[in-house]
Amino acid sequence: MGPPPVRRIVVEREPTVVAPPPSNGRPAPLPDAPMGAKVTERMRIENVSLAYGDRWVVRDVTLPVREGEVLALIGASGSGKTTLLRSLNRLTEVTAGATRAGRVTLDGQEISDLEVTALRRRISMVFQQPNPFPMSVFENVAYALREERRGGRDEEHRGGWRGRRRAGRKELEPAVVEALQRAGLYEEVKADLNHPALRLSGGQQQRLCIARALAANPEVLLLDEPCSALDPISTATIEQLISRLRESVAIVIVTHNLQQAFRVADHVAFMHLGELVEYGSSDQVFDNPRQQRTREYISGAFG
Amino acid sequence: MIHTPMGPAAPSPRPLPSPTASPSRPARQSTGHGQDSISSWPLMDRVGYLLCWAAGLLLCALAAGIVLVMFVKGISYLRPGLLLEHPSASQSQSGSGGFLDPIEGTLLLTAIGIALAAPIGVAVAVWLSEYRRPAALAQAVESGIEMIAGAPSVVLAFFGLLIFARPSLAFLSQTSAGGAVYGRSFFAAGAMMSLLALPLVVSATREGLAQIPAHMREASYALGKTRATTIRRVLLPSIRPSIASGTTLGMGRIIGDTAIVVILLGASLHLEGAGGTPGLSTLRGTGSTLTSYVFENSPAGEGNAPEKAYAAAFVLLMMVLALNMVVTRLSSGKPRWLAGLTGPMLWRWMPWRD
Ligand SMILES: Nc1ncnc2c1ncn2[C@@H]1O[C@H](COP(=O)(O)OP(=O)(O)OP(=O)(O)O)[C@@H](O)[C@H]1O
Ligand SMILES: [Mg+2]
Repeated sequence: MGPPPVRRIVVEREPTVVAPPPSNGRPAPLPDAPMGAKVTERMRIENVSLAYGDRWVVRDVTLPVREGEVLALIGASGSGKTTLLRSLNRLTEVTAGATRAGRVTLDGQEISDLEVTALRRRISMVFQQPNPFPMSVFENVAYALREERRGGRDEEHRGGWRGRRRAGRKELEPAVVEALQRAGLYEEVKADLNHPALRLSGGQQQRLCIARALAANPEVLLLDEPCSALDPISTATIEQLISRLRESVAIVIVTHNLQQAFRVADHVAFMHLGELVEYGSSDQVFDNPRQQRTREYISGAFG
Repeated sequence: MIHTPMGPAAPSPRPLPSPTASPSRPARQSTGHGQDSISSWPLMDRVGYLLCWAAGLLLCALAAGIVLVMFVKGISYLRPGLLLEHPSASQSQSGSGGFLDPIEGTLLLTAIGIALAAPIGVAVAVWLSEYRRPAALAQAVESGIEMIAGAPSVVLAFFGLLIFARPSLAFLSQTSAGGAVYGRSFFAAGAMMSLLALPLVVSATREGLAQIPAHMREASYALGKTRATTIRRVLLPSIRPSIASGTTLGMGRIIGDTAIVVILLGASLHLEGAGGTPGLSTLRGTGSTLTSYVFENSPAGEGNAPEKAYAAAFVLLMMVLALNMVVTRLSSGKPRWLAGLTGPMLWRWMPWRD
């Protein structure tokens, strides 16, 4: 099934511009945003269109995903950001009726040619709602490390616990602790690793989900509005976490919070009604949007 | 087209609603009914309402009556010794012994029935909820379960007799000296009993699975887990209380059934083994349960020991009430230890757990 003809959107009316409060200046970038870090392209989204049934909700999108930087997907509700993100780890395949046209490659290989469980260990995902499993904090992370050892990546795993036997706690402990540390949660939970994860606060739960997603050492991390259910403090913690992680993982984040996109992203892609309207560096998209539609969308928040 | 960005970045032009802005809560909330007096209702509604009310009251009175009568009669005839003595055939009530064998029979039969029903029921429920392919088969399975759930147990028992009396299945039950297969044994009765419990396990498990949000499954898939792993390690552990309460309900159903015992277990006074192998002989042999004991000893049966019947009925009622309490507590999800008791125990035996 080929992509549908691209429908051009004509902007006929004045944009709805909401005046920002005077204090709401442009946010300063986070201090630890890396400058000149090693940037290599890991994934490529090429002419990707996605449909539910016969309704195309993403049309002809082409984007690079690079290691060492954060790519933010912004755009109004329903513009297809989540759909696009979920197609990157083939999670759209779980949805009945969802189809994809175009190519998505990871290190040059089409993702549908890769074994799906191995692919998802390499391309990890964090959802909008924190959704830890109803197990202990430790088990939540350990779960990500266990089983399904067919993929290519498993050879790289810390040795010693491969084989028929289920990995024991002792063997998994270092990896679990490391994942929790990378997610900036370890100090808060180290005393109660055996407590049910559902008893953590929302922000802690979301960082646990990030830890879980990081446990298998993914190359790409997909974040779908990871802060939308969180308070400003947890949001700040997670933004700092993203800034730190970008050096080792290619990150794609969907966000409705433009200031957040500006703070954490190196590149920004603006989507509207399923189309990629504009892609560029964060500075360029926010300071000099090339497209009228981007300008309208951005101006809503930045004035 | 929406040009207004969403999310916290968008400054809100509206002032925040102040707490004083909302009107103070009305003292009485006007709900649909209860506000207007019954006298304003149409006659039919009034009669209907009174009938419902009376029916509820009657039910309460009945339940209280059953418990009270069984309690008073049961307690007055129950001696601790009855629980520990074997029954014996006797004309007089005083000589007919206790009902140790029926208690053992009840426990053994329930254990066999549930040991079959729980894993099969959970497996069927998982397949119905998580796989459902091919769809036609899933629908057929659903109707099949409904059929079994609706079938009177005496029909199931009769059907079981047809099956287990086949010579090819002789090794599962008692055989007469001449080689005739009776088709009566703990095996046979337990297998049919499991059909009584099965629909309860299936529906409780499916309800549990339906309550798990889709994103929980997706979170697991997103970690590179297969569907099977997700079921085994995420879904099933989190519906342990549902599985446990379905299982407990099923046990209650098995404990309370009489027809299958009378037809397929033989309702013999003692546990009578068949064949030489110790444990196996009991399973192949006949026996009785509290239900058949009550039936036989009541004026309706031939034992004619109503005092023993009362005492046994009381024990039976207590067992079922206790199970119901367990179910209520399990489904309210309160005490972990209860859920932890039945759930993991069944759990460990699931063949697909590694
Ligand atoms: N499972 C589904 N089945 C059918 N249509 C869907 C499904 N999920 C999303 N859609 C449709 O696809 C379009 C894009 O949805 P998507 O969730 O990708 O948007 P989004 O940009 O993530 O929006 P938001 O910012 O609100 O999260 C919407 O019109 C939506 O109605
Ligand atoms: Mg979305």
